[in-house]
Amino acid sequence: MGMAAAFWLMAVVAIVAALGVVSLKNVFRAALSLILCFITVAGLYITLSADFLAAVQILVYVGAISVLIILAIMMTRDVPHGSPGNRLKIPAFVVAVVLMGIMVFTVTRTSWPVASESPLVPTTAPLAAKLFSESGFVLPVEIGAVLLLAAIIGAIVIAREK
Amino acid sequence: MTIGLQHYLILSAVLFCIGLYGALTRRNAVIILMCIELMLNAANIALVAFSSYIVPLMLTGQVFAIFVMVVAAAEVAVGLAIILAIYRGLADIDVNNINLMKW
Repeated sequence: MGMAAAFWLMAVVAIVAALGVVSLKNVFRAALSLILCFITVAGLYITLSADFLAAVQILVYVGAISVLIILAIMMTRDVPHGSPGNRLKIPAFVVAVVLMGIMVFTVTRTSWPVASESPLVPTTAPLAAKLFSESGFVLPVEIGAVLLLAAIIGAIVIAREK
Repeated sequence: MTIGLQHYLILSAVLFCIGLYGALTRRNAVIILMCIELMLNAANIALVAFSSYIVPLMLTGQVFAIFVMVVAAAEVAVGLAIILAIYRGLADIDVNNINLMKW
């Protein structure tokens, strides 16, 4: 019961915040709305008993990515008209609604093989075993490290004053 | 009414489509990047929901969500650097006016 209430609360707030991101005229308010959406997604991870991911969501998205986005908004503050739309509003709306209809139809018509066990809690130690064990995902972890290093160096090179 | 896998998947689909609509219609490059983040978050919700409902003891979906977060962080860093570089050159981040490479 409490889980259901938490889910509905998070879901409604997430959708309203996402609509705010795409509809608010003020770019800074849209960014704040996006941060609210990130926080509710972290709450959804908790209702899915993914506690480690919820913490990572708060740290990476709410902490780091939102700071980067707000920094970029501050740096580009002189742009005259906040967040205008383009001529494609109606076609894009149709595409989004049709895609959503297809996905909802598919999801509700498929009989998912839901398992009967309850999920692991806490997940931090099993996730570490999964990521770093010999038979796990240690190679993708190393590739992810190289990707992050390349992204940091690339961002510095691209954004540097000449 | 208990919350099942389908609720999370439908929520994920709704968030993804809102992000898609924003990415297609907004003209401010920073807002487009924010909408892409929204879409990545929607995909993450679906991955974690699959992980905890279908393979609750394996956590593979959560591992994939971690990798999506890594790629999203890299993407937002490079994307915002590109936007700042464009802004320094053109004094504008309206994607309709950034057409230097348009043939």
